[in-house]
Amino acid sequence: MTIDVWLKAACEDADRRGLPDLKPLLENLARSMAALRDADRFVDRLHLVP
Amino acid sequence: MTAGLQSISQIVPLLRSGDVSPVDLVRQCLERIDARPELNAFITVMRESALSEAQTAETQIAAGRYRGGLHGIPVSVKDLVDVAGTPTTAGSAVPPRNPKADAPIVTRLREAGAIIIGKTNLHEFAFGTTSEESAFGPVRHPRDPSRSAGGSSGGAAVALLEGMCFASVGTDTGGSIRIPSAVCGLAGLKPAFGELPCDGIVALSTTLDHVGPMARHVADLSVMFDAMAGFAHTDRAGSSRSYVFGVPETYFCDRLHPAVRAALGRTRDALARAGHEIRTVVIEHAPCTADVYLHIVLPEASWYHAPLLAESADRYSRGVRLRLEMGRYVLAEDYARALHLRTILRRAVEDAMRGCDALLLPTLAIPAPTLGATTVDVEGRQEPIRAAMLRLTQLFNLTGHPAMALPAGTTDDGWPVSVQLVGSLDGTARLIEIASVVEAYSTGGDRSVGGGTG
Repeated sequence: MTIDVWLKAACEDADRRGLPDLKPLLENLARSMAALRDADRFVDRLHLVP
Repeated sequence: MTAGLQSISQIVPLLRSGDVSPVDLVRQCLERIDARPELNAFITVMRESALSEAQTAETQIAAGRYRGGLHGIPVSVKDLVDVAGTPTTAGSAVPPRNPKADAPIVTRLREAGAIIIGKTNLHEFAFGTTSEESAFGPVRHPRDPSRSAGGSSGGAAVALLEGMCFASVGTDTGGSIRIPSAVCGLAGLKPAFGELPCDGIVALSTTLDHVGPMARHVADLSVMFDAMAGFAHTDRAGSSRSYVFGVPETYFCDRLHPAVRAALGRTRDALARAGHEIRTVVIEHAPCTADVYLHIVLPEASWYHAPLLAESADRYSRGVRLRLEMGRYVLAEDYARALHLRTILRRAVEDAMRGCDALLLPTLAIPAPTLGATTVDVEGRQEPIRAAMLRLTQLFNLTGHPAMALPAGTTDDGWPVSVQLVGSLDGTARLIEIASVVEAYSTGGDRSVGGGTG
C-alpha cells in the first residue's frame, strides 16, 4: 500500500470514528513511514544471512 | 535534594549495628512524602504495612537474622508493577487491576529485606516522557513545580530526590528510567533486555519493556540490581583498571543543550586525564532509530490496550489515547520493516562497541522541560518534546543493550544534566562496575586509574 493511499484511508477512518484530532498524528506517522521505508531500501538485507 | 541524604551503603552499617532503626527510616520517609504532596510523587502510600514491616525488620536485625543489603531499607515501586493488596493504576483513570500476588521483582526485593513504602506516579501507562498525563496529577519537579521531573518514571525520581525512599523501581521502554534520572540528577539503570522479569508489570511494548532500579548513587543501584536479579550482592566499586570508552558523536551529539554538551566533554576529558582511553565511534544507521522505534512501540502498545480501549476509551488521557489509536493504523509490512531494521541496529551497536568496554554519550539532550510545553528549542531548532526526550535513549531499548544514566553536573542555573553509559549485551554487572568508576568523573570528582577517590 502506498503511503498516500494509506494516509487517506486512515484519516477517513479517524473521522468516521469521531477522532479528528488523530489526523495530525497520522500525518506525522506518514512522514515516519516514508523515512522507515527509505532506510529499509538502503540497508543491505544480505547482512541478515547467518 | 540528594546532597545530605544518606545512601544505602552509608545506612547499612548503621542498621546492622542497631544505631539506626528501620522504623525511624520509614517514619522519616513518610514525613518527607507528607511534606510535599503537591509534587504528586506517590499514588499509593503504604503507610501501615511499611511501618509493620519495619518493626519486623528491626526485630530480625536485632536478633542477628540480617537478610542482606536491603534489609530495613524503604524502597518505592512504580505503580505499573503489581504489589499484592494494592491497586495497580498505571497512573490511569481506567479501572486498575487488583493483584493478589507481588510481581517477581517485588518478591525478590522483599526477600532481600526491602520495605515497600508505596507506589509512585507515572506518565499514564508509561506512554510518555514528562509524567504530566496522569489521572493522579502531573508529577512536578521539586526544584520548580512548573517543570517536569521527566518520565515515565517521574514519581520514582521525585521520591528519590526528595528523600521519600532510598531506591526506586522504574520501567523503561524508550528511556523511562534514564530520562527522569537525568532530569533529576540521579542514577538509573536499564538492564539488558530480558535480564529482569517483567511479569506482573503492565506492558507497554512487550519487545521493548525493561524494569530496573533508580537510586542516588551507583553503589545503591548495584545493591538494587542484585536484589532484583536474585543474586547475592557483589561489591563492584573501586576498580583501578583502565577502560576503553567509545563516544558516538554523530547523531548523539548533533543537537544538545550547551550544558549537556559541556558535561559530556568534561566527563570525557576527566576520564582521559585519568588514563582511560577515549575513542570516537560511529553507530551506523542511528538516524533511523526514531522511525524504527515508532513502528514497533505503537502497534505493540495498541495490541496490549485493545481490550481496555474497547471498554474504557474515554477514561484515558487524550494524548495517551491518541497514541494508542495511532498504533492501530501501522501496517504489518512496516512493523516487519522495523523489526528488520532493529536487527541491523543491534549489529551496528555491537560493531561500535567492538574493542570498547562501554559507550559514553549524553542521556538527554535538554534539562527539565516546562510542563505543558509541546516543543523545545534545542540549539535553535524547535523539536517536539517527546522526540527530543527519547532521541538518545530509545536505541538501546531496540537493541537490548544495558544502559545507565549518571549525574553529570548542572546547567548554569542549577538544572541537572546527565551522561549515559552503554554496556555489552551480556554485561550489565560489568556496566555497573564501570559506572562506579565513571561516577566520580561525571559528577566533577577526580579519581585516577590505580588511585583512590580524590
